Amino acid sequence: MSNLSSSVGIVAPQHADFATPLPLSSGHVLASYRLTFETYGTLNAARSNGILICHALSGHHHVAGRYSADDKAAGWWDNMVGPGKPIDTNRFFVVGVNNLGGCHGSTGPSSIDPDCGQPWGSRFPVVTVPDWVTAQARLADRLGIDRWAAVIGGSLGGMQALQWSIDYPDRIAHALVIASAPKLSAQNIAFNDVARQAIITDPDFLGGDFYAHGTIPRRGLRLARMLGHITYLSDDGMGEKFGRMLRSGEYQFGYDVEFEIESYLRYQGDKFSDYFDANTYLLMTKALDYFDPAKDYGGDLVAALKKASASFLVASFTSDWRFSPERSRETVKALIAAGKRVCYGEIESVHGHDAFLMTDQPYVDLMQAYLDRVAAEVNA
Amino acid sequence: MTTLTTLRPDLQLIADWVAPASRVLDLGCGEGELLAWLQQHKQVNGYGVDFDVNNVVSCVKAGVNAIQGDLEAGLAEFEDQRFEHVVLSQTIQAMQHTEEILLEMLRVGREAIVTFPNFGYWQNRWQIMQGHMPVSDDMPYQWYNTPNIHWCMLGDFENLCAKNHIRVLERVVMAHGRRVSFLPNLRGSLAFYRVGRG
Repeated sequence: MSNLSSSVGIVAPQHADFATPLPLSSGHVLASYRLTFETYGTLNAARSNGILICHALSGHHHVAGRYSADDKAAGWWDNMVGPGKPIDTNRFFVVGVNNLGGCHGSTGPSSIDPDCGQPWGSRFPVVTVPDWVTAQARLADRLGIDRWAAVIGGSLGGMQALQWSIDYPDRIAHALVIASAPKLSAQNIAFNDVARQAIITDPDFLGGDFYAHGTIPRRGLRLARMLGHITYLSDDGMGEKFGRMLRSGEYQFGYDVEFEIESYLRYQGDKFSDYFDANTYLLMTKALDYFDPAKDYGGDLVAALKKASASFLVASFTSDWRFSPERSRETVKALIAAGKRVCYGEIESVHGHDAFLMTDQPYVDLMQAYLDRVAAEVNA
Repeated sequence: MTTLTTLRPDLQLIADWVAPASRVLDLGCGEGELLAWLQQHKQVNGYGVDFDVNNVVSCVKAGVNAIQGDLEAGLAEFEDQRFEHVVLSQTIQAMQHTEEILLEMLRVGREAIVTFPNFGYWQNRWQIMQGHMPVSDDMPYQWYNTPNIHWCMLGDFENLCAKNHIRVLERVVMAHGRRVSFLPNLRGSLAFYRVGRG
């Protein structure tokens, strides 16, 4: 049984610097770059028990554990990753990495461009999911991992797991694709564009080169996050948590914060704008929009998945309307048509898209059962 | 993953009909015992479908590929003629879309294996004559809580097949784990059909 209370303990980020140029989907070449990552558990002698955790839009390498004894918040997937948890660090060597273009230590728009000594800002190239996967493969080389026991991700992270199975079929035994989609719908791209417009039209954005001016497009980031947050929750979940609750109990007939949901969203927006980089937000949403592994195969996802040799777990959540179960079923359908080994769970949850970060019991059970299978295969 | 040596008699009969190394789809696969056995003993390549997430979890534990889904909605996840065998074991009588699932099975597979409790079994008739809806080992529900909404006897199922130009390739009737050949519609409690378009 999984023990959701145990932790990997105190952790520290590591850095890997790469001097080999990285050609990007856009045609640009990143001459050199840094990836910031964390590891938990021990790589076995056969180097067969490695698991890569790919993060979503606002995630990073700090997946589990704390940075100090009085660190208030644990890593973003601490409820799933740790000793005795489904992604069991007693069995697996777990790697979390901050993707290129991120703002948590890996090279991104807020890093210094070595060519000019200034932050990259608007000059940082747009990177895509395949670019990330290539960079992650180089990190795997550096760590001595030829083949991942599993690559796991939710949402945008699930897209990376799927891309891994296509780009490096020999280097991934299992792909866990959670609350994800084989490509975004028009509605989903539309949400991303509203978020980007909020940032780009903020006067403090200054075309993306706000660093030199000591400003932050805080209002834009805040709006982008508020909008995103609404789409990550379900109507029912939001209703359950906030309903029509008023902070003061009475209508104030004004435009200040009155309903609890307003207070919650503004708080989330403010918190986010304090630490997240606006250019990274633009870049991550673009990576989402561009993701479409079938594109190189004339739109045929089955053809794209043909050469994959991994086994797959696909999971979705009933109340997730940003990455709905229908979208996951498209992936499942293509995997079956391509003759791949695949399990699919459609988890009953009120938590909307955020459910992939929660611990609804059937979800935990499914992850546990699947990862037991992975562990048995690699003798972890 | 545990190794299964013996199967329930009704599942064993289905397993005997499955060709080695074939592609199998098991609808309403439960905890995946049939597919697990077929994978280990006949090297089949299969998927199970079940509505219940806990059954999907059990299938994962048994090393079976399981897809959570609702059979009433059809088999949209599966393309035409993907499988050699499509199995629907003791489920058709509980389905709303009985005729549709039969047609779907033969869309995605070459052969369908359908099993169901025979309503014509003498013990059922006897209970009806006594003034009650039948309750038995194969149909362990009261009338008010039964999931079984579409009862049929052997001839009824065969008529449905004929109506849809589906050929009965093989029929076996069992009672108490044994085959029944004399007066099957009276003496058999479980019916097994192998049907196809051929």
